[in-house]
Amino acid sequence: MGTRDCGHICDESHPGIGEAGKTGEWRILVPRIDADKCTASRLNKPTCYLCWLYCPEAVITKGIPPTINLEYCKGDGICAQVCPVQAIVMEQEDKSAA
Amino acid sequence: MAIQRKSNIRILDGNQAAAEAARLSRVQVVAAYPITPQTPLTEQLSQYVEQGELQAEYVAVESEHSAMAVCTSASLVGARAFTATSSHGLAYMHEMLHWAAGARLPIVLACVNRAIGAPWNVLNDQQDSISQRDTGWIQIYCRSNQEIIDTIIQAYRIAEQVFIPVMVCYDGYILSHTEMPVAIPDQKDVDKYLPAYKPHTSLDPSDPKNYNLVTLANPRVGVDGKLCHGYMELRYLLQEALQNSRETILQAGEEYSQIFGRDYANMFWEDHTEDAEITVVAMGSLAMEAIVAAKMLREEGIKVGVLGLRVFRPFPKSDVVRALRKSKLIVVFDKNISYGSEGATCSEIKSALYGTYINASIRNFIVGLGGRDVKAHELADATKKAIASLKETVINPDYPEWICQI
Repeated sequence: MGTRDCGHICDESHPGIGEAGKTGEWRILVPRIDADKCTASRLNKPTCYLCWLYCPEAVITKGIPPTINLEYCKGDGICAQVCPVQAIVMEQEDKSAA
Repeated sequence: MAIQRKSNIRILDGNQAAAEAARLSRVQVVAAYPITPQTPLTEQLSQYVEQGELQAEYVAVESEHSAMAVCTSASLVGARAFTATSSHGLAYMHEMLHWAAGARLPIVLACVNRAIGAPWNVLNDQQDSISQRDTGWIQIYCRSNQEIIDTIIQAYRIAEQVFIPVMVCYDGYILSHTEMPVAIPDQKDVDKYLPAYKPHTSLDPSDPKNYNLVTLANPRVGVDGKLCHGYMELRYLLQEALQNSRETILQAGEEYSQIFGRDYANMFWEDHTEDAEITVVAMGSLAMEAIVAAKMLREEGIKVGVLGLRVFRPFPKSDVVRALRKSKLIVVFDKNISYGSEGATCSEIKSALYGTYINASIRNFIVGLGGRDVKAHELADATKKAIASLKETVINPDYPEWICQI
């Protein structure tokens, strides 16, 4: 069975989660959120969410505290850069756990 | 079969014939940037749109690169798109030509052949379209203004069937600015010949899709679980479509002749090739000049035929072999040069003959670059020079001769 069975004659695909594979595998550094520092957690209110706003992969939720989908987080560290209270730190990924 | 000619005949230059063809083909989007000698064609089309004679969106763009980008987008949402350019404009469009072909969009482009700088030159040769040879477009060359109008209409029929864009090439000034009688096809007949464009896929907000994203080296499974093409499979499909397009081109020509009475069921034009010992090969309007030259030589008792190349991509290798089977000498005139090698059509002819029983000598002449006039007697003299050179027993000289005053 070859790729002809897909029936396309140019490159086309439906957009969807994971269409480029589990991009979390690309990650070297992993973000960790410290709930004691995170503004939303500390105030117990849906607030701040700059990490959610700036994440180019859209893998951060607006939760209390925010959660990160590590299957697709590429570890770019933008959330850690934009966090105004330094609640997110980038740690070395422990590949042995995976 | 008696054909009832319903066409009316008008005196048109090549650009007017091309504009008329686009109008009759009911193109829906025109995006073009004016460049000599294509300019009157875009002016005519914008006038048609302005006066309501053509129901199309005329997009005035800031460059040829944008013109092809607009045509690509328009075609992807299901509109019949047309553009035209020349020379540096076509060169500037180069990147988007690849995109149109790679996305398999049936755009038709009229290339009014003109030389490329340096130095500046606005006159005719075929270096511009030959330089775009490997972009994956079908290329068809015209010898007259009648062929321009007929070929553009056929080009949509071909493009929309095989999903390959088609470049219709005609010589700047020699055709673009020279008036000739042209039979204008009837709109009703064109509508019958050319059904509405049905895209192979369509960008539609109600069914969002990604098109031509970054592909990795290998095929991958889409979110719907289907194994989708990688880059190489898509390139293969484009080559396969070009390889298989010959039948569609011939069929489009055959059906055109049934409706309009002018026969295009061929990949090239043949004139007195049946008994020819010497075949002259030329492409575009030069092929007409070659017929005059061949007639002069026949009057001197030299059996010369003319092979006028029409479809340059896909190159009709086996058809060419059949047409050249009796030739002892093949004289190829090129209005282009692949620097460091030879004329592009000469290379194609040689490639077609490899491994066949035809062992004809080949002579290649570079002529007419940058608008240098090519007279029939010059083609005849060059052919005689080629005949005389056979005494040297060289079958295949490394490099072409140039007809110029160096």
